[in-house]
Amino acid sequence: MAEKLTDGAVVKPASTHVNKTGAWRSMRPVVDLEKCVKCYICIDLCPEGAISALPEKRGVQVDYDYCKGCGICSSECPQKAYTMVPEEK
Amino acid sequence: MSKVTGKKVVIEGSLAVAEAVKYCRPNVISAYPITPQTHIVEDLAQMVADGELKAEFVNTESEFAAASVVFGASTAGARTYTATTSQGLFLMFEVLYNIAGSRLPIVLTCANRAVSAPISIWNDQQDSLAVRDAGWIQVFCEDAQEIHDFQPIAFKVAEDPKVRLPFMTMLDGFVNTHTYEQLELMDPALVDQYLPTYKPVVRLDPAHPMTFGALAMPDVYHEIRYMLNRALMGSAPIYAKAVKEFNETFGRDYTPFLEEYRSEDADVIMMSMGSLCGTIKDAVDELRKEGLKVGLVKLRMHRPLPKAAIRKAMDRASVVAVVEKDISLGLEGIIATDVRATFAGHDGPNVLSYIAGLGGRDVTVPHLKAIMKEAATWKGKESPDEPFWVGLKRDIIPEV
Repeated sequence: MAEKLTDGAVVKPASTHVNKTGAWRSMRPVVDLEKCVKCYICIDLCPEGAISALPEKRGVQVDYDYCKGCGICSSECPQKAYTMVPEEK
Repeated sequence: MSKVTGKKVVIEGSLAVAEAVKYCRPNVISAYPITPQTHIVEDLAQMVADGELKAEFVNTESEFAAASVVFGASTAGARTYTATTSQGLFLMFEVLYNIAGSRLPIVLTCANRAVSAPISIWNDQQDSLAVRDAGWIQVFCEDAQEIHDFQPIAFKVAEDPKVRLPFMTMLDGFVNTHTYEQLELMDPALVDQYLPTYKPVVRLDPAHPMTFGALAMPDVYHEIRYMLNRALMGSAPIYAKAVKEFNETFGRDYTPFLEEYRSEDADVIMMSMGSLCGTIKDAVDELRKEGLKVGLVKLRMHRPLPKAAIRKAMDRASVVAVVEKDISLGLEGIIATDVRATFAGHDGPNVLSYIAGLGGRDVTVPHLKAIMKEAATWKGKESPDEPFWVGLKRDIIPEV
């Protein structure tokens, strides 16, 4: 059975666990770990907090459930390690 | 008025509102003063300052802020009240929609006033009618007694767990707000009995966090708006029950949706709202003496529109002349369109739209008698596309 709506759309917090905003993205940032120097500028600048460091200083990873594809990481990366790739169905 | 339950006094209409709001024990009042609403919130501020009313009174820098303060207070579970008029109501516009959409039971009094431009501080009903689609319950009052009595009704209906909608009551600027009238004050103890403490269904509470005003994607927005409309339509019987219970508690005899005055056998019915209805009753009495079968149907509840009650009250008449202090520019009087829509697909009277008394122009008994006599000549004819303008001074209007 489908989940029922609430009056006034008043909902419990943390609703983005269900509503994955990454579906809004039209361009996907893809990182080349060969070029990444682990400066982590992209982590600091991502407005969604969707980029995190990989263990053992292996580089960074993008959480595509929440990345909206704004491209700030790609624009700001000093190593040009990101490529913006169109999302296709 | 059969049973006297309170004290008889002669007070200003604004104080009649403020006294009733005081009896309703709001927790938070926020407002920005604007003519002709000012006396209502001045009176309430005085009551708070004097310790007669234990409420937080928040003075704001604008009506946008005042509406936003009561929005916030209401989400926190407070009983909230505000009052405004005209440009102030328009400055609240965005928040009015947010309040209804968030299902917050805020009560607002609008002291009806004309809107700019040109600027006018005098009475017509353009302001509250212009926000009719926001999702608020709207009730128009005729005199000080009515606007006094409908405050606890407003809170009771708004806060009903099945309703949870904002409620706007209207009185006419100056005609009601600044006029002294005799009325019977409600007994505050009976108001406590009639209106229990507000128990919100959901509220902002750090222990049980909730999100108000979340984003709705296209897959659910449509349904949430349906639910808002369903709640507004569904508020009508709950409101009718609240009026009945009010009558029983306070010894009044209000009908919830319409007030019918000598209209039962009338061939020509005038429909109007607010203080003008008092003058229309005098005009009806004079024409009845002359042998004309005329009557008045006063529209008390405007949203949700009581369509069935309107049809029942007026379907036997030949002509309905809707006399109103507003206009949907490019169409006709707003209520005239509502009445036409009510009779669409049903047998009913010819509906005529009369625009009267904009910007505080007096509408007198001779005007109203002339309208009813003219309206009678439209029996069985097609009504014109353009509205009639009552008392239009053609000699000062330049040629096109």
